[in-house]
Amino acid sequence: MATQAAPQPARRWGHTTPAREVRLGLRRIYILPTRHGIHFALVLLAMLFGAINYVNSLAFALTFLLGGLLLVSILHTYRNLRGLTLRAGRHPSAFAGDPVHFHLSIDGGPGERLALRLGLDPSSQQLFDLPAAGVIELVQPVPSQHRGWLALPELTIETRYPLGLFRAWAYAQLDSQALIYPRPAPRGPLPEGGGEGQSGSAGRGSDDFVALRPFHSGDSLRHVHWKAEAREQGLQVKLFGGNRSRQLWLDWEGLPGLAVEPRLALLTRWVVEAEQQGLRYGLLLPGQRIPLGSGDGHRHRCLSALALYGGGR
Amino acid sequence: MVWWRRSKPPEPLPGRGARLTLLGALLLVVAPQTLDMPLPLGLYAMALILWRYQGERRGWALPGRAVRLGATLAGIAAVVGSYHSLFGREAGTALLTLMLCLKLLELRSLRDAMLVIFLGYFLVVAGFLYSQSPLAGGYLLFAALALTTALGALSHPNAARLRLGLYLRQAGLMLLQALPIMVLLFILFPRLGGPLWGLPNDAFKQGRTGLTDSLRLGQISDLVDSEAVAFRVDFDGPVPARNQLYWRGPVLWVTNGREWHPDEHTEGSIDILLDTEGPPVDYQVTLEPHGKRWIFALDLPTEWPVPYAMSEDRQLLARFPIQRAVQYRIRSYTHYRDTDLPDWQRRYATNLPRTLNRQATALGHRWVAEGLDPQQRVARALALFREQPYYYTRRPPIAGANPVDEFLFDSRRGFCEHYASAFAWLMRAAEVPTRIVIGYQGGELNPVNGALTVRQSDAHAWAEVYLQGRGWVRVDPTSVIPPERVEEGADQARFDDGERPEMGWASALLRGLRNQWDALDYRWQLWVIGYNQERQRALLRALGLDGLELRDLGLFLVGSVALLLATVAAWLGWRDRRRAGPLERIRRRLDQKLARAGAPRHPAEGPQALATRLALEHPRLAPAVGPLLAQYARLHYGPGASPEAVKALARAVATLHLPRAH
Repeated sequence: MATQAAPQPARRWGHTTPAREVRLGLRRIYILPTRHGIHFALVLLAMLFGAINYVNSLAFALTFLLGGLLLVSILHTYRNLRGLTLRAGRHPSAFAGDPVHFHLSIDGGPGERLALRLGLDPSSQQLFDLPAAGVIELVQPVPSQHRGWLALPELTIETRYPLGLFRAWAYAQLDSQALIYPRPAPRGPLPEGGGEGQSGSAGRGSDDFVALRPFHSGDSLRHVHWKAEAREQGLQVKLFGGNRSRQLWLDWEGLPGLAVEPRLALLTRWVVEAEQQGLRYGLLLPGQRIPLGSGDGHRHRCLSALALYGGGR
Repeated sequence: MVWWRRSKPPEPLPGRGARLTLLGALLLVVAPQTLDMPLPLGLYAMALILWRYQGERRGWALPGRAVRLGATLAGIAAVVGSYHSLFGREAGTALLTLMLCLKLLELRSLRDAMLVIFLGYFLVVAGFLYSQSPLAGGYLLFAALALTTALGALSHPNAARLRLGLYLRQAGLMLLQALPIMVLLFILFPRLGGPLWGLPNDAFKQGRTGLTDSLRLGQISDLVDSEAVAFRVDFDGPVPARNQLYWRGPVLWVTNGREWHPDEHTEGSIDILLDTEGPPVDYQVTLEPHGKRWIFALDLPTEWPVPYAMSEDRQLLARFPIQRAVQYRIRSYTHYRDTDLPDWQRRYATNLPRTLNRQATALGHRWVAEGLDPQQRVARALALFREQPYYYTRRPPIAGANPVDEFLFDSRRGFCEHYASAFAWLMRAAEVPTRIVIGYQGGELNPVNGALTVRQSDAHAWAEVYLQGRGWVRVDPTSVIPPERVEEGADQARFDDGERPEMGWASALLRGLRNQWDALDYRWQLWVIGYNQERQRALLRALGLDGLELRDLGLFLVGSVALLLATVAAWLGWRDRRRAGPLERIRRRLDQKLARAGAPRHPAEGPQALATRLALEHPRLAPAVGPLLAQYARLHYGPGASPEAVKALARAVATLHLPRAH
């Protein structure tokens, strides 16, 4: 992944190429009056006409003071955003159709920043304050539709503090990609021996405890023998045996006649179920073979393969 | 209230803390305004705000439609009942105040709250139509601070708790930064001479005290109670003697025995025909608005500025009633000989109604029959006041059907208007042409700024008689009353010739404070309230900006405001940098130098990564920068960086010289 924004010649006005970190400076921050600001300016205009008409010095004075206030508030509103640094967090994942929660952090730099708003569009903003020299961790939900990679859409961060008369905003295109798994098919039974290697007594399942062996990456955390870990014997995994313990191969070819997406949906469901039941499972896709395993890492590997099947959608 | 379709739902009203701040600010802004309103209206407005304030504190719901409608109708009825109108300055201001308070009963969205604040600002301006004193100036800043603080609270809707101190500081800071812009615009924004369009009839009605254009017994003694300033005078040279300080106002010719009026035919201006004696007195007068056409000048003016004209009876008149404070420079001669007496003047100045004050008329006739010349007749009248037991009092008995007779032969107690009118009556009966002049006499010298302050309590009436060969001669019959016959509490200053008895420290302190305040008030009058088109021109001339076209002046103004804003922006940046701490400043400095040397740090690059990359990509720079980066990392990530070490690093970075990129 890139740690810097490579400058590109053709970019939309005000919008930049993605970067892991975006610092809000002069060239990124836009500022325009809010509707209230326009009303305020109209009131000032009326006051100015009143002052001219009545040749009233104090009316002039207040009008000019408030005019100055309006101008100065531009700078203060701008200052409330300037120097903020937005950083993309770890890459999230979700099933298609669920909201995906992008993590990001905002670094305030010196001085307190109040009433910041972050969101994809003005109707779904989250409001927060940033203490002086503070960092805040935020979660930005984004709706997902299709499997494959989903880039964090361009975020808008804005503020109207301190007077609500001006709105300063900046676009931040953070480089953060979510992997969207296919939407699982409705709940259904796992395939009976969906491939080779279903076995009885020699296999390892989840029913009856058999022995301990050292932890390998890919093992399910729920089989870790935590008491052994607490005795500082190293990470041990409990092995189970029994009639119902089995290995499961989830095979693309085992579902002939189904279209691509329903097939992926069914396989996704099976991965989820198999992991839930603590099985050891593998995945066979055309041109791709994921060996037997279990655990969150293994599950993610399988789901990623499904998400990106055929290059994603 | 909504006449357009809203595309999205209105923003909700922020939390209770912000709403209480808004109501508190309004309370502070509206309260002084209600002082100018009839009591029931003022109480109604305050009650509405306090009701909502209590409601917010206790969590009462907003009142229903019926209550709101009732409250609105009651408010409108109260305004109409008090002013018999909904328009004009006073009714309009009262209506604005009430509408603002009524709006609080339906405060539902952020938009409503903002509207209320904007109306609040507008209300402050409306208040300036009543008063522009220095106190009103203080109120301006105070009200702006209160309302701006409320704006701050409203624009922080996610506040976990009310941070009033923060909003107050922020509002104060912003207003402070807006102040130079205000001063600049105030000075340079082009001022026009008059109104853009017609003003309501009551635009300038201020319950002003001052002289009216007629003399009715008992009138001036009302004024004596008023300490309001009539006008102020700056003398170029020494201040003339106190007994010469007669500030001439309207001249009265016509009497019906009870009242004296000016003559309507004396308006045409005349060329001055005057023999003057002695040195001239040059001075500048700042006249408070009094709603009349005459202006006051030392008896007798010979030179005056253009917009004023002198009538045939030597009154200085403006073209329009004086509705704002004006300033004018005058040259007067306190000694003069006015020789001309046109026929109509002789006719008017000896005319008396025959049906009343017959005793006084008879006394005048007797002096003629005795064969006294006019000068002796004048002396005879003055001797009467001096030698007979006539008393000077502020509370004379109420006049009946023959006021002059009653005063002269019965009560013998009177005020300057009694003496002036009785004297004039006697003189006219004695065939000496006489007229009455009203104006002010004396004044108080303020040691703080050397200006003479003339107050309403200095109002006075005297007479002028025409003597062959000497012309019109001023005679002040009140002045012959000996001090022992001046009633205690009457304006003795007029009689004790400027000498004051020893004062206690408390009254000395009070007088000192009053002088200070008066000097401030005068300065305020001159430079703030009285700053108008002429003053602006004079100032621009003094600044060398008078040659500028309006367009260039506008450009100058815009440029100056931009400069002020740039200063504020620079200050804001400086404040953030200072807050950032020394290490952050060191990092920025180093970043700048590296960028100029063609090796900018990548945004997320830490010191170690940067040092490694520099060693690979910019071996030329690495030897100089590497150790600095290592030291920076030690100080930044290591425990307890000593201030000395940070300073040493800052020095090293400051003196670092990197070759420039080509």
